[in-house]
Amino acid sequence: MIHSRMNVPCRNHTAMTVEISELEEKARRIRELVIRTVHHAGVGHVGGPLSMADVMAALYFRILRLRPDEPNWEVRDRFILSKGHSTSAWYAALAERGFFPVEHLKQMYRLNSPLQGHPDMKKTAGVDMSSGSLGQGLSAGIGMAIGAAHKGQDFRVFVLQGDGECDEGQVWEAALYGGHHQIRNLVLIIDCNRLQQTGRIESTLNLDPLDEKLRAFRWTVLECNGNQMSDLLPTLERARDLSAEGPVAVVSHTVKGHGVSFAADRVEWHAKTITDDLARQALEELGAADVNW
Amino acid sequence: MSIGDRIAPRVAFGEAITELGRASSDVVVLDADVSTSTMTCIFRDAFPDRFYNVGIAEQHMFTMAAGIASTGLIPFVSTFACFATRRAADQIHISIAYTGLNVKINGAYGGVAVGQAGATHQAFEDLAIMRAIPNMVVLDLCDAVETRAAVFAAADYDGPVYLRTVRCEVPVIFDEAYDFEIGRGYVLRDGSDVAIVSSGMMTPKALDAAAQLESLGISARVLHYPTLKPFDRGPLVRAAHEIGRFVTIENHSVIGGLGSTVAEVLAEEKPSHVRRLGMQDSFGESGDDEAFLTKYGMNTQHIVQAARELAKE
Repeated sequence: MIHSRMNVPCRNHTAMTVEISELEEKARRIRELVIRTVHHAGVGHVGGPLSMADVMAALYFRILRLRPDEPNWEVRDRFILSKGHSTSAWYAALAERGFFPVEHLKQMYRLNSPLQGHPDMKKTAGVDMSSGSLGQGLSAGIGMAIGAAHKGQDFRVFVLQGDGECDEGQVWEAALYGGHHQIRNLVLIIDCNRLQQTGRIESTLNLDPLDEKLRAFRWTVLECNGNQMSDLLPTLERARDLSAEGPVAVVSHTVKGHGVSFAADRVEWHAKTITDDLARQALEELGAADVNW
Repeated sequence: MSIGDRIAPRVAFGEAITELGRASSDVVVLDADVSTSTMTCIFRDAFPDRFYNVGIAEQHMFTMAAGIASTGLIPFVSTFACFATRRAADQIHISIAYTGLNVKINGAYGGVAVGQAGATHQAFEDLAIMRAIPNMVVLDLCDAVETRAAVFAAADYDGPVYLRTVRCEVPVIFDEAYDFEIGRGYVLRDGSDVAIVSSGMMTPKALDAAAQLESLGISARVLHYPTLKPFDRGPLVRAAHEIGRFVTIENHSVIGGLGSTVAEVLAEEKPSHVRRLGMQDSFGESGDDEAFLTKYGMNTQHIVQAARELAKE
């Protein structure tokens, strides 16, 4: 299922290696911030943010066209987190990219905070669409891509959605629409971490073969290991380039809770309090220089 | 059009958005494959490049409209009121109202008047659902003149608006001088014995009832409320102080719509006698519109009867 693509786009091999290691460090840093944020809040989702951290690093430090000091720049690339419950990883990426101070992460989930438990476009710089009720992100992304085409703008739209989220009927309404109309400049990334809140995907509602389903809906489908930057980055670059012709889906195979041994591939770590001891262990495993902020 | 002409508000809506589309290229229209019913087909034929038939996919449609609005365009989204507010309630709530995005929702075929389609297509709770959602402006429109004015007012307003229109023909009661404003209630006829409060297609019936009451020696004031939210308390509270007896009539359930709004406001401002006419917490059924309204106690004669009983108290 997971296949490595050998034909990486033309690029100096040494430069590529450096770039990959820089992005791996960003992903590591995002995971570290997710653990600190959820530990500090005393509540929160853990597994989902950890599975998607690499995608956040690649998008926010290489793929997306952004101006952190001008978050509403009209032709910025759009990013929608359809799996809104995993937003601590998005907040971490936005903070690392300079949209707001890392210090703000300590306020997540608190009353009067700009960082809500699910993304709120009216409260958080860099958030282009509110989400939290699953299954809506792809529809919103299609609308943004239509708006871009109508206005003659060349920005791209990236939507990150969960695999469990594919249970929602609206996902397939949107997939049907996107394929039928061959919506351009739209990339759907599906974070396939193989777990949903109460069990495994295959024992809840089996999605296999997800790639064939999407192809049958007339999407171009790429697959990669979403926790391996050397595979993920070139796949996202290729998806970005191919989206000029029509909608592209990236089936990104990941491990829920990736990078933290006690949470990896464990259903109970969908959302859970991280105790002081476990936070210390997780941060050590993630190579954090200091367990304190 | 002139007073007394019978025009279907859905046609007025289709023509108004087309006129609006001529004035602004930022206006786009979405429909869930019922454009020949909602009459957005008029816009479709005039501006095919700005018309999106999403197919029979209401949930996708409303969220897609939010995405379009986020780029600065003004989407008018049409489908039957029942499918908009029941099937896509969450999409409207999260993607449109919570975000405050500039989406205009046309709930066509509001209330009883769905031809003979029956209970599945009759939306008696659409206004209640929309009214309970923060950020949402809620309009229940009466005739062709008001519908056209409301379309333009909604386009000028920055934020989500629910415009409810009906399928059947409604006699024109306003002339071109009508000064429609979002958030305003109107006294259409003065009176001193009883106040009839109405919205949407029921206002012509309220006016007919007031005329009949006059011949019976009862002076009825008619308050017309095209905007349920934000609600203009002034005319209602004045009537409470001056009259204190109200009949409300709506093409909707008495739960959560105009009757509820009136009762809530009066309970806070000036407790009064109130009789609420409308669907009494029941499902509908197939039938001719007028026969249906008569069976369910929502026709002109029921307004007259309720007003006479109240006036005696």
